[in-house]
Amino acid sequence: MNFTLKIWRQKDAKSKGEFKKYEVKDISSDTSFLEMLDILNNDLVHKGEEPVAFDHDCREGICGMCSLHINGHAHGPEQGVTTCQIYMRQFKDGETIVVEPWRSAAFPVIKDLVVNRGAYDQILQAGGYVSVRTNSVPDGNAIPIAKADADESMDAAACVGCGACAATCKNGSAMLFVAARVSSLAKLPQGRVEGARRAKAMVAKMDELGFGNCTNTGACQAECPKSISIAHIARLNREFLSAKLED
Amino acid sequence: MALKLDSKIPAGELAQKWSNHKAAIKVVSPANKRKLDIIVVGTGLGGASAAASLGELGYNVKVFCIQDSPRRAHSIAAQGGINAAKNYQNDNDSVYRLFYDTIKGGDYRAREANVYRLAEVSNLIIDQCVAQGVPFAREYGGLLANRSFGGAQVSRTFYARGQTGQQLLLGAYAALNKEIHNGSVKSYPRHEMLDVVIENGEARGIIARNLVTGEIERHGAHAVVIATGGYGNVFFLSTNAMASNGSAAFQCYRKGAGFANPCFTQIHPTCIPVHGTQQSKLTLMSESLRNDGRIWVPKKLEDVQAIRSGAKKPSDIAEEDRDYYLERRYPAFGNLVPRDVASRAAKERCDAGFGVNETGLAVFLDFKTAIERLGKDVIKQRYGNLFDMYKEITDTDPYEQPMQIFPAVHYTMGGIWVDYNLMTTIPGLYAIGEANFSDHGANRLGASALMQGLADGYFVLPYTIGDYLSHKIQAPKVDTSTPAFDEAEKAVREKIEHLLSINGKQSVDDIHKRLGHIMWENVGMARTKESLTKAIAEIQALRKEFWKDVKVVGTADSFNVELEKALRLADFLELGELMARDALNREESCGGHFRSEHQTEEGEAKRDDENFVYAAVWEYKGMDAEPELTKEPLNFEFVHPAQRNYKD
Amino acid sequence: MSCFLSNSSLGRKLVMSISGCFLVLFILFHMSMNVVAIISADGYNAICGFLGANWYALAGTAVLALGVLVHFVYAIILTIQNRRARGNVRYSVTVTEKGVDWASKNMLALGFVIVLGLGLHLYNFWAKMQLVELLGGHTNALGYSPADGVALIRYTFSQWYYVALYLVWFVALWFHLTHGVWSMFQTVGWANDTWYPRLKCLSNIVATLVFLGFAAVVVAFFVSSLL
Repeated sequence: MNFTLKIWRQKDAKSKGEFKKYEVKDISSDTSFLEMLDILNNDLVHKGEEPVAFDHDCREGICGMCSLHINGHAHGPEQGVTTCQIYMRQFKDGETIVVEPWRSAAFPVIKDLVVNRGAYDQILQAGGYVSVRTNSVPDGNAIPIAKADADESMDAAACVGCGACAATCKNGSAMLFVAARVSSLAKLPQGRVEGARRAKAMVAKMDELGFGNCTNTGACQAECPKSISIAHIARLNREFLSAKLED
Repeated sequence: MALKLDSKIPAGELAQKWSNHKAAIKVVSPANKRKLDIIVVGTGLGGASAAASLGELGYNVKVFCIQDSPRRAHSIAAQGGINAAKNYQNDNDSVYRLFYDTIKGGDYRAREANVYRLAEVSNLIIDQCVAQGVPFAREYGGLLANRSFGGAQVSRTFYARGQTGQQLLLGAYAALNKEIHNGSVKSYPRHEMLDVVIENGEARGIIARNLVTGEIERHGAHAVVIATGGYGNVFFLSTNAMASNGSAAFQCYRKGAGFANPCFTQIHPTCIPVHGTQQSKLTLMSESLRNDGRIWVPKKLEDVQAIRSGAKKPSDIAEEDRDYYLERRYPAFGNLVPRDVASRAAKERCDAGFGVNETGLAVFLDFKTAIERLGKDVIKQRYGNLFDMYKEITDTDPYEQPMQIFPAVHYTMGGIWVDYNLMTTIPGLYAIGEANFSDHGANRLGASALMQGLADGYFVLPYTIGDYLSHKIQAPKVDTSTPAFDEAEKAVREKIEHLLSINGKQSVDDIHKRLGHIMWENVGMARTKESLTKAIAEIQALRKEFWKDVKVVGTADSFNVELEKALRLADFLELGELMARDALNREESCGGHFRSEHQTEEGEAKRDDENFVYAAVWEYKGMDAEPELTKEPLNFEFVHPAQRNYKD
Repeated sequence: MSCFLSNSSLGRKLVMSISGCFLVLFILFHMSMNVVAIISADGYNAICGFLGANWYALAGTAVLALGVLVHFVYAIILTIQNRRARGNVRYSVTVTEKGVDWASKNMLALGFVIVLGLGLHLYNFWAKMQLVELLGGHTNALGYSPADGVALIRYTFSQWYYVALYLVWFVALWFHLTHGVWSMFQTVGWANDTWYPRLKCLSNIVATLVFLGFAAVVVAFFVSSLL
């Protein structure tokens, strides 16, 4: 298969970027999207040009490192997968594919398609944890947890922190990401203990970092590679508001 | 001069060793902990849990990772689960049984004391993770669920769907975040350690490159902890993440730390087969699939041909024409034999011509029987995400047709030599998790890597590091303007400049692929004296070529992925040779190391307990010089090495 | 506590939700009241008389105006913040994601249409009814008594362009409500995966009822003006 790629190139955070066109030829349909970029990059290196910088690591859809806005979709046209799980058979032969970095004020571009997602780390550092010390814990079976609760907690915990939610949201809102963590811990008795504190701290940090306001479009859940439901956003709203009303 | 290896294994009964040791080692008072700095390199299960626990204790911790966030470390990709000797299933599990399974699974090439300690703290890990809010799978009664895994006859594996590694890492990462919030840990994402600084024979800090700006930074500390995982990517194609590398460990080796058993590589039996020459990464299908999946190839060669040509579908092959070769050869464990045994058995069938895809390098993993027995819904519940993943990658529906699988490089049991305190041969330099060599011997059992990473980070290192640091309470902050730091930084800068100045014809990936090919063909699943000798010569030649002909574009003072890869490949090119040398030295077959010259008549690995009950520890002597071997004898006081038997 | 309603994103959303809820209730009331005009002119005028320049009607009007103002001002503030959060460089290719309603991404634009319609409506009715009474007048510009709502309706909707403008206005309101109603439940946290289909169904019912109720009056009076 052959493709024309329109890729965003930007030297560094300060430079102005632009789209550049590349042609890739004889790509097997079983090639993954990122392998296709590897092939392009290897060609560029041979020509003495700088390869396209993009984030990636595990290539199994779990580390959350890969990003890319492909033809208008975060993580490409397929639903429920990350960019590294996109295969070229999902595109038409001869197609022009537009590849852009995440666009969100809170995720500044570092180079080409690589952005800085440190803001997500900062939100979790503000309260995305259970404050237990190593070793001062009860037996694992001392706290029974209903299977349904554990399952729902796990649904939210599947978040890989890739940033697709904020990158997709027309408001640049990080609500799905924040909600996934808050909701996952709120469903478990261990996490409930400091639930109010957590919700307030994480929302405050999210606001401070300049993420937008959620307007319930649901675009985030549509583009989330782990299909995390906005029901978790509802739970975050509930957690936050009841915490605030108690103040 | 040979390395001095003092394993510091405490005396006494096996079950008392760790308690005795903890009682005997020194501790540091809270007031003094505040004065001490520790660097942790790597943020996987080992690194994150260690950094968090050390921060909690009051040390000043700096933690480094090459990804954009500590949460990306490759521990996250572990699917199946984590072992613990809880005996929640009432199937007569115990600390001793977990210890025994692990040491036997490792083919009697690990230290008894270390493995016993690992089994002992395994239960604490589960408690810790539950308290952190890790959503482990539960039964309807609300208690923790278990599944079984290869190499064990009990169900002791705790899991969170097919994402156990992710959930455990997010737990450790959360603990790390808590400490970052509290100010005891400072995080340096997108930083790569390029050298370790040694002064007066002790670790004093690291030289790191800021991967965004290219800046070379000096960081001093009273102790340095290496938690950078394994070096499986020396094979180019592996299940490791693209950026996983052996460079941090290799710098320690270069600076004098012993490197133990480098040839012990685990080839995981259930990976998706290679599909073409442009592939850059192999994907693992969790070993938990072997709980319900049955592995087979056709009995008749004409069926193999029919499947390859597409004339027959796998589901067309009648039951009596299928060779469930693991069940045939190992009746007691069946499809749940350890990884090394399952991998070799697949290779044996494929070598005999029964491989089922166009490359002849694949076998079937079939869920037909399980679907008939349990129903599609149950299978979907257990493995739904894995089945979906398989379908996405291969475009084949595993509910209808069996999966095709083939072994791939997955884990390296070898690593930096450490004593019982997890300290390397360099005082103040520690190695934990996959980066060290200590607990898995010649083969790691499934669901034990997560166990080891967290055991080291949460429950071992935080105690043992105090023993060393108790001698440093008078030591001032490390001065990073000393000649040792100057030299280390200068060497790093020169290496980078040299790489950028070569301007040859081959890309880093071109050469890496060639290295991977040499390694897989000669230092892979079956090794011979000839193949290893050949590999050593070829790697040496390739290394020379690399330093003459590699092309690294871009600049030193910017975000430059090609440069990062080149630096890592430079180390792989030496590490590959070291692995081959170690494999050549080990004239026996054990665990993941299979020397074709040493096999039983049935084709099983044949250990040589007369001559090789030792850890082979190598000392660096220069890029093109032969490393020096020192042996750490392994004393089996409590278990008696026997040929591993998974037949009855 | 007062501050989180303005300085926290979730607080601001709560204000949108509560003010929106209040406006939905008002609109439902207004729609029910209008329908009376089709059934009984006297009944409708009785309600109009009831809602003249009385202290309770005036208080209600003031609260209502405040509700509209708060909802509108917050919408503007939220949108400005959201645009800033989105950054200066926009995607060159955008799509509507699967399962995302068009209305949900265009609430502000719909809101503007609704406010414009509201302006027209205030000019056509409120300015000729309650305002006239308030100023102490006994006949409005058209010569009707300010309490004779039916006459005003009959007059206004005998003109086709008003009919068309009002119908456009109601369509915008329909879209706005299909997203707005379930969204206000989501914002206060009363929603989950089981309830999304039900809440969205409720939204559609409310929006459609409001549309049909209002549109029926406009159309009925237009048709009767043709006869």
